Amino acid sequence: MAKRRGRVIFQEDRCKGCELCTTVCPVDIVKMNKSKINVKGYHPATVDEMEKCIACANCATICPDVVIKIETIEE
Amino acid sequence: MSTIFERTDGLTDKQFHYCPGCTHGVIHRLVGEVLVELGVLGKAVGVAPVGCSVLAYDYFNCDMHEAAHGRAPAVATGIKRVLPDNVVFTYQGDGDLASIGTAEIIHAAHRGEKFTTIFVNNAIYGMTGGQMAPTTLIGQKATTAPYGRDAATTGMPLRMSEMLATIDGAVFVERVTVHNVAGIRKAKKAIKKAFEVQIAGLGFGIVEILSTCPTNWGITPVESLKWLEENMLPYYPLGNFRTPEEGK
Ligand SMILES: Cc1ncc(C[n+]2csc(CCOP(=O)(O)OP(=O)(O)O)c2C)c(N)n1
Ligand code: SF4
Ligand code: SF4
Ligand code: SF4
Repeated sequence: MAKRRGRVIFQEDRCKGCELCTTVCPVDIVKMNKSKINVKGYHPATVDEMEKCIACANCATICPDVVIKIETIEE
Repeated sequence: MSTIFERTDGLTDKQFHYCPGCTHGVIHRLVGEVLVELGVLGKAVGVAPVGCSVLAYDYFNCDMHEAAHGRAPAVATGIKRVLPDNVVFTYQGDGDLASIGTAEIIHAAHRGEKFTTIFVNNAIYGMTGGQMAPTTLIGQKATTAPYGRDAATTGMPLRMSEMLATIDGAVFVERVTVHNVAGIRKAKKAIKKAFEVQIAGLGFGIVEILSTCPTNWGITPVESLKWLEENMLPYYPLGNFRTPEEGK
């Protein structure tokens, strides 16, 4: 059976760096990008190991600023 | 490829002015999603409060009205009576609803006004800088309770849902939380039910949503989720207090 994989897209300049999304990811791939500062002056949230994403949408569900969009990739 | 989560049409594109991690934003999104899913966005009219969510009229993608502090239920009463086919809601904080506007909410519920109230309980006055609210917990520090709330001089925190559930006209009363993903999903279900009760013309409905105020609680957004869970849940039990027979 095809495994459901996800792609997480951040509207980075809307991120307020609150870190809530980093606490709810079952595969622990949502991190704060400490090497970047967005237009609001915060380190934005990001995902590096996108191939591990299971498209559970937890991160988008808890984000108070509706920064995150999620797509599924069938393989 | 398919999109499984994206910004709802129930919200405008405007960025929220809320502090980082403030769960007012989560609650806005849930209300917007529900209005779209019920197909009533085009005939929704919201009433914004005074408090941090005073600018809610900029964020909901439907007609909006502003009310004086605590008076959103009176304004919503007028709107719903003149436009009975529209879907009317108020969005109110705990200072707004449980303090200055206590009379308004009780009597709107008592009259069985057919609108829906989204009640955001963050146990403090956010906008004005962290004064004690009727909902502030015992021992919780506020600018007007620097040593923590003391029951002997200020009474116990007011449980609005339990109180409103004693009123016949309040046909739907539920308390939910947005401090974790499971809670957020349940909160959305309750908001949807409350709007369905209005659409069916059954009476007044309110959803009390436990929410965070990291700025005035003086802790980080992540710590705030934990603080809510450990301190608010024991005093403000989650659950449904009233559902109309038809809606069960
Ligand atoms: C008649 C009147 N009295 C007092 C105020 C000051 N005031 C503005 S917001 C607020 C409290 C809001 O707290 P809450 O409803 O809990 O909302 P939050 O900001 O926490 O979301 C107060 C007392 C006012 N604007 N108008
Ligand atoms: S969708 Fe789920 S698995 Fe993917 S990044 Fe978000 S929380 Fe993690
Ligand atoms: S929850 Fe949203 S605003 Fe907060 S860090 Fe994550 S993406 Fe940014
Ligand atoms: S003061 Fe509190 S309630 Fe108001 S926006 Fe900031 S965190 Fe939210």
